[in-house]
Amino acid sequence: MPKLKLPRKSTHIDMTAMCDVAFLLLSFFMLATKFKPDEPVVVVTPSSISKTILPDNDIMLITVDTKGRVFFSIDNKNMRKSLIEDMNTYKNLGLNDAEKYKFAIGASIGVPFKQLKSYLDADETQRAEFDKNAVGVPTDTSVNMESNELAAWIRTARNNNPKLRVCIKADGGATYPSVQRIITTLAGWKIFKFNLITNLKATPAGTAAFEAEKATAKAE
Amino acid sequence: MAEIDTSGGGGHKKGGVKKAKKLSTRVDLTPMVDLGFLLITFFIFTTTMSKPKTMEINMPFKDPSQPIPESKVKESTALTILLSKDHRVYYYEGIGSDATKPPKVEVTYFKNPGGIRDVIINKKKSVDALVRSGTLTAKDKTTVLIKPDENSTYEDFVNIIDEMSINGIDVYAIVDISPVDKDFIHLTEAANGAK
Repeated sequence: MPKLKLPRKSTHIDMTAMCDVAFLLLSFFMLATKFKPDEPVVVVTPSSISKTILPDNDIMLITVDTKGRVFFSIDNKNMRKSLIEDMNTYKNLGLNDAEKYKFAIGASIGVPFKQLKSYLDADETQRAEFDKNAVGVPTDTSVNMESNELAAWIRTARNNNPKLRVCIKADGGATYPSVQRIITTLAGWKIFKFNLITNLKATPAGTAAFEAEKATAKAE
Repeated sequence: MAEIDTSGGGGHKKGGVKKAKKLSTRVDLTPMVDLGFLLITFFIFTTTMSKPKTMEINMPFKDPSQPIPESKVKESTALTILLSKDHRVYYYEGIGSDATKPPKVEVTYFKNPGGIRDVIINKKKSVDALVRSGTLTAKDKTTVLIKPDENSTYEDFVNIIDEMSINGIDVYAIVDISPVDKDFIHLTEAANGAK
């Protein structure tokens, strides 16, 4: 039998094109997205048809998890710094500069004032561990109660920056009373307008909101 | 593409210096591709694409130093919704102010069709009919009172507010549940044989 000789082909593939694609995608993701904010707990928000987008700055975020624990945070690093300064003098927390700095660069706070110092002293991994078992910021029904520490946070934060918009990000499974306590606390400080963070869901067809959307879409 | 043609260097003298070995300038780009995709994966996992959506909510103005104004809600325009455990929704027509005539409390769920949405739509229609017939003036609008019970979840609360915007109910209020309303729930539960 005659030997069939196949021409040897190189198995090398030119990777240049693939490289181009990879970096194109990379640059897209770098530009189009932003980093996920640090969150102490996982919260699954309920859905609504609201399309309003959360503004970028001046946000006071109150997170409530399934167990009803409350976490408090504001977005701006400089504001966090002045907030903790004020809080330190207001509640005599006795924090040093290093702890204040840790607060300024940190994420949500979910500890009572008594534990705040030791919480800020701890390093990152210890804090993450702590957050798992944290009790959350104590809340109550009246702003005048000493036990309502959330009220103190809100008051100090609002004094620092009156433009702060209050956002509540609560888990769908949280009980209503845990959210109600926050709402009454806000009402105690005369905040009657606030935002609830929700996921987007499609407007059901045939309803009033659906018709209104269609009408605006036609007008445009 | 990436390789540079190094052939045809020309200029070599015949039989003179030994020819230098031609080195390929082709670079293996595989590691670079690997790196690129690794970074893409990193960015996909650590970043968010969309900004969170929010829903604005206005609570009724409340001042402890001022007396609570008398409610001006008309019985015929009002619908009271009570949120209870296991995502149950109780509702009745009116505001239940007349203690001698307890309203007929019904139970439903957040489902579609046949859920609370249909109840709201029907209520809206009946109020519209009353406005057309002249019993109510055009100023009267369907008013929904939302009273979440202690054992309802935040999800129910958001869902019901969402139903308001879905059905175009402009006037609604979130009110604390009263003992009377709790009794309504218990009575209905007992009547339906629920636990």
